[in-house]
Amino acid sequence: MAAPERKIPAPEANPETRPFWEAAVAGRLLIGKCTACGKPHYYHSYSVMRRVPAPYALAYVTLDEGVTMMTNIVDCDLDGIRIGQRVRVSFKPTEGGPPVPMFTPDSS
Amino acid sequence: MTIKGKAYIAGVFEHPTRKADDKSLAQLHAESAQGALADAGLTRQDVDGYFCAGDAPGLGGLSMADYMGLKLRHIDTTETGGSSYVIHVGHAAEAIAAGKCDVALITLAGRPRAEGMATGTAPRNYGAAPDVAFEFPFGPTVVNQYAMAAMRHMHQYGTTGAQLAWIKVAASHHAQHNPHALLREVVTVDDVVGSPMISDPLHRLDCCVITDGGGSIIVVKPEIAKRLKRPRVRVLGAGEAVKHQMGGQVDLTYTGAVWSGPAAFAEAGVTPADIRYVSIYDSFTITVLLTLEDLGFCPKGQGGKLVSDGNLISGTGRLPFNTDGGGLCNNHPANRGGLTKVVEAVRQLRGEAHPKVQVSNCGLALAHGTGGSLGTRHGSATLIMERE
Repeated sequence: MAAPERKIPAPEANPETRPFWEAAVAGRLLIGKCTACGKPHYYHSYSVMRRVPAPYALAYVTLDEGVTMMTNIVDCDLDGIRIGQRVRVSFKPTEGGPPVPMFTPDSS
Repeated sequence: MTIKGKAYIAGVFEHPTRKADDKSLAQLHAESAQGALADAGLTRQDVDGYFCAGDAPGLGGLSMADYMGLKLRHIDTTETGGSSYVIHVGHAAEAIAAGKCDVALITLAGRPRAEGMATGTAPRNYGAAPDVAFEFPFGPTVVNQYAMAAMRHMHQYGTTGAQLAWIKVAASHHAQHNPHALLREVVTVDDVVGSPMISDPLHRLDCCVITDGGGSIIVVKPEIAKRLKRPRVRVLGAGEAVKHQMGGQVDLTYTGAVWSGPAAFAEAGVTPADIRYVSIYDSFTITVLLTLEDLGFCPKGQGGKLVSDGNLISGTGRLPFNTDGGGLCNNHPANRGGLTKVVEAVRQLRGEAHPKVQVSNCGLALAHGTGGSLGTRHGSATLIMERE
């Protein structure tokens, strides 16, 4: 049985964070002063939220650039997630806002 | 300036209700205040300092001072979530030491059960907070954030679900003797790890209860404490800290207790080995394990071993904790457990805990509060008290 799809709330951009969200629309993940897109990264930790209609994985992913960010792990078997696995950014649409950076296991 | 010995906890009260359909939030605050004042042998006319946090209705301290009819010369509404009230005791001692007030009243109350709040499993949106856009879309809840801390600790140190379960088991052994506790049934490790998974690796019985209620603490200057008729509990040291994401340098394996703990121990002039009883904030089992490690009760990573095999059970274990049943079994009023941590520590120091859980010769106790989320940003408060 397919789980119901989880709706992703839109992030609200502030004047100072607008460049981040404009880049997200273009499929780029901005951090600090440098741009990183498409590179593999890895999990710091995660947890699969079970007691909701559509289970999902909250996670912290550490980018190769050194920062750790909150995100979701998507498009994979939630039971197969392990700390330390390599992942790749994948922008997902939100409800009426810019897309948000999520991650999927890196198979390359 | 140090607060060591400059203030006493003269009164404490834990509201007996666990579901307050018929009481307002302000009334729960006021009833709690009344209870602590009666315990101390004081009246509201004696109060000249008031402390409350984000759970207080309306304009917080202003609304409550008006409602309770307080004449104040000192007010402090420091808000660090569930750790606020432990911080308030330290701040009250500072204010008393500086001559800014003589009798400080601290109150907490809330009614999340009556309001049907999905405390742990619904993402919270803190509006204009700068982190919201970068977190809320991903569904952070209270439970899955703490769960990530537990998952990381398991990955890094080999901590197991059974070891975490021992924390709940110990709390349940204590709660069976507390007639006010929400959950009085003794549970086993198998009960905990066999309960439904909420967010990996935390099961339902790894999570604290949701209760209505409140509590209150009275902190006074030494001259007043000495003329009251209650056993005297002296404030020895306090430490507070804030831990956050540190610009993307997230490390979920430790808490702000690594900073608040040493500060409190240094001010008190004691070490973890001297402590006879600990009240440790227990929003989840993992909260207790990380805090005990960070306060120095065992080497980092060894918390699983420390809490196992009944080591936290009063009478048999070497580190009795949360003898009222804690947030895991007894009470977590307003989803904020810091105040009740101080209350049970004071009961222990006075020798007024339930006889089945009273620690013998309990002369030195520690209470620790954690507020906010271990997964993102939290306040950490450590308080050390002694029986005089």
